[in-house]
Amino acid sequence: MTLTATQLLALMPLILVCATAIGVMLAIAWRRHHTGIATFTAAGLNLALLALIGVWFMAPLTTPLLAIDGLALFSAALILVAALACTTLAHAYLAHYGGPREEFYLLLLCATAGGLVLSASTHLATLFFGLELVSMPLYGMLAYTYRERRSLEAGVKYLVLSAAATAFLLFGMALLFAETGHLDFAGLVSGLGDDVGVWGLAGAAMMLIGLGFKLSVVPFHMWTPDVYEGGPGPAATFLATASKVAVFTVLLRLVMASPAFQASALHEVLAVLAVLTMLVGNLLAVTQSNLKRLLGYSSIAHFGYLLTALVIGDGLSVEATGVYLVTYMLTTLGAFGVVTLISSPYGGSDAAALHHYRGLFWRRPYLTAVLTITMLSMAGIPFTAGFIGKFYIVALGVEAGRWWLVGAVIAGSAIGLFYYLRVMVTLYLAEAGMQRRDAPEDWAVQAGGLMVLVVAVLVIVLGIYPAPMIDGVRVVSAMMLG
Amino acid sequence: MTLLWLILIPFIGGLLCWQAERFGSMPPRWIALGTMLIELLITLGLWFQGEYHLANAGTASEALRWSMEWRVPWIPRFGIDVHLALDGLSLVLIALTGFLGMLAVLCSWNEIVKRVGFFHLNLLWILGGVVGVFLAIDLFLFFFFWEMMLVPMYFLIALWGHSGSEGRTRIRAATKFFIYTQASGLLMLVSILGLVFVHHANTGEYSFDYATLMQTSLSESTAMWLMLGFFVAFAVKLPVVPVHGWLPDAHAQAPTAGSVDLAGILLKTAAYGMLRFALPLFPEASQAFAPVAMTLGVIGIFYGAILACGQQDMKRLIAYTSIAHMGFVLIGIYAGTELALQGVVVMMVAHAFSAAGLFILSGQLYERLNTRDMRQMGGLWGRLGSLPGFSLCFVAASLGMPGTANFLGEFLILFGSFPVAPGFVVVASFGFVLAAVYSLLLMQRVYFGPAQGEGVFADLDRREYLMMLSLVGLVLLFGLYPQPLLDTTGAAMGEVQRLFGVVSQSTTLLLTGAP
Repeated sequence: MTLTATQLLALMPLILVCATAIGVMLAIAWRRHHTGIATFTAAGLNLALLALIGVWFMAPLTTPLLAIDGLALFSAALILVAALACTTLAHAYLAHYGGPREEFYLLLLCATAGGLVLSASTHLATLFFGLELVSMPLYGMLAYTYRERRSLEAGVKYLVLSAAATAFLLFGMALLFAETGHLDFAGLVSGLGDDVGVWGLAGAAMMLIGLGFKLSVVPFHMWTPDVYEGGPGPAATFLATASKVAVFTVLLRLVMASPAFQASALHEVLAVLAVLTMLVGNLLAVTQSNLKRLLGYSSIAHFGYLLTALVIGDGLSVEATGVYLVTYMLTTLGAFGVVTLISSPYGGSDAAALHHYRGLFWRRPYLTAVLTITMLSMAGIPFTAGFIGKFYIVALGVEAGRWWLVGAVIAGSAIGLFYYLRVMVTLYLAEAGMQRRDAPEDWAVQAGGLMVLVVAVLVIVLGIYPAPMIDGVRVVSAMMLG
Repeated sequence: MTLLWLILIPFIGGLLCWQAERFGSMPPRWIALGTMLIELLITLGLWFQGEYHLANAGTASEALRWSMEWRVPWIPRFGIDVHLALDGLSLVLIALTGFLGMLAVLCSWNEIVKRVGFFHLNLLWILGGVVGVFLAIDLFLFFFFWEMMLVPMYFLIALWGHSGSEGRTRIRAATKFFIYTQASGLLMLVSILGLVFVHHANTGEYSFDYATLMQTSLSESTAMWLMLGFFVAFAVKLPVVPVHGWLPDAHAQAPTAGSVDLAGILLKTAAYGMLRFALPLFPEASQAFAPVAMTLGVIGIFYGAILACGQQDMKRLIAYTSIAHMGFVLIGIYAGTELALQGVVVMMVAHAFSAAGLFILSGQLYERLNTRDMRQMGGLWGRLGSLPGFSLCFVAASLGMPGTANFLGEFLILFGSFPVAPGFVVVASFGFVLAAVYSLLLMQRVYFGPAQGEGVFADLDRREYLMMLSLVGLVLLFGLYPQPLLDTTGAAMGEVQRLFGVVSQSTTLLLTGAP
């Protein structure tokens, strides 16, 4: 089967990102210039975003290995925005880094391309290819400041555990292939039929383990806090936003499409995992005194909430997933953005201990306002986007009558409040005479600072007037469900 | 549009206060005071212009009668509107909010010296949220404001509060307050959504509108579960005894303005929620649940009173008396006769004045003595100018002395509840004895007995005198002439009573002044 011109056009965003990556590589070979490379990267990503708008009018389209449908475009937009945000943060963060700075953007672009492939994949081959293309550059990004012990540790840890998860994923794919003789999702669906059988179920379960690892679903969550803590700010931001959005999208696709994942046994397992993930993530976050670790655990809990949507898996759940992913991504970008800005420019390990943030309000009121808004949003308080996300999750649970899940969401949120409030109040306490790190004086006029402010405003605006977001997501989910 | 402005004014005023801090510490105070004054004046203007006793129980059988209404679509996907409406009950409570808001600003005039602008931002945003709660009749919007007002309150306690003895830090108290109310609020959200989805299953359309959802037909058990969700959220805020744990800590650790807001207004949002939502939406379930609720009320009366007797911290003592007083309110609400409901309104207003008065007094004592520990007080009568005299007035009000509004509220509640639940009334009446005990204990320990030192403390200045005098005036005014209050809320209470479905007592005619 050959590609037609329309199909090639539909892949334009992906092609643009890849082209930018090659361009960056050549530019680095020619001459190193940090700001230039960062600008070039941002321009490439912006072009890809613009191209998305064009592709929107052509969708839905299917190529042999990728589906350019509403879901793919939606998550592509999220991934590209997250990548852009990471670019701006990386520029601030790496400004005074001693080693080579430009390669970070190369890795970032490769990972972005991987994310785009992954979220559009309708074939196990592209799924695997995309997943590895996201993960491989991330090893490098996490260990980028390799003279820091923790950064190196984060990179290596992610590498080793990720490899183990990949082995599970491949084994699962192999089992599904052995059972059906197909690798594309549609073929899997028809091959498995209604009666899934033991091997099909085992294959699906193993794939679930592999993907669950990337999403840090309990009990595959052990790596998350360490990697978040050790990795440099921009890399951790990318891991927490773009990579997770891409993996969740493909998981959603699998679960919605394939009967193997809708088998009731697997469904119950998913439900138990969701409850465990919410509770464990929130409980473990309570005792943390390191903001990045705390955010790591909180992201575990958030994916617990999101799994609810997968478990229920009916009409409203695509919409709920979409809304929740948008709010989660904005909020996480804001929170990690502030941490990265406080740690910028690079000066050893990141400023992540909570006491670094004590009394931040009296020095940096607007930056503190951003962090406060994101914390409130994560806790799901009204007037922030996070509330709309949580509203959807609770609504979904209530509509489906899954009271255990609803109860767990409520218990999780109550526990979650405890640590979000702790972070928040720390920001406003009187300053202690402790050693502290601070954002540069002119943070607000730099790209990273602007990005963070825009994100905070968006969180508030979408919290007060969510109708546009909801309408957008509905169009996407309508397109996907046909 | 006026209704929207009522909500927006405090929010805008708060932002102005925050920005005005750069011109010194006085401008935020004046702006905050002016904002609340405008709020109060608008409300009073509405009060004098509007007709609030037109819709009476008999005539308003079809549609709900609102004096003012404002509605725009908000989230069409779920049929959520920004739907605000005003009736007599919300009007009285908003006026109360405006007045106590001014007092809260005034009583922190000298107390708060750090970060004045940010303090007033939080203070005004609480008040804005409360006004929103009183006006919203879209359930989503109601929940929105209900949860939103917690955040500034949290900051108020956590940042400007007092740290008490070890293990009772202000941050801990604030966190406790927040988690209690937020977690119970989520239960209410689940109930709201449950109601909406039942309605959706019946009719095929989403709506969060109060009047629409009221028509929903529910099975008996569903109604009970949904009602419980609402009840728990309101019970935590009221507070009802097993879920009251946050209140004493929050009160003791909060700054004076925070205590005034908590006791005066925030507790009232819970009673308002019961009257506006829990009872009308689930009349049968509430009726079935009434004995349990009244039992909880009686327990609250005794529990609060007995624990109040054992407190050393003055503000904790007052906090426990609030629990006792709210027990009466709970009994009145679930008795559901018009007379009892009228009593509930009077009681809410009276308690707001007397508790605010006592909290402000303890704040003033703290400013002079630097302690709230009653073991270090004693013999202060005669050393504090006119402060002990005012204390006596509020203590008398708090124990329900005839002539004060509190007496009238408690009397109406007990009188109105007697035909429905005589047993509960008889038991609850003994609460008065305990009320006298703790009130007199408070007077005795603080002002009489051997003096702990020599010298005279500063008398009340003009600002403090004015606050106290206006509060005493209002307590006496509504104690001696409550008719305007009863007239204003009569229609709204009649509506609740009609929905709740209890046979109206003939005595109501006597009080509402109907021919």
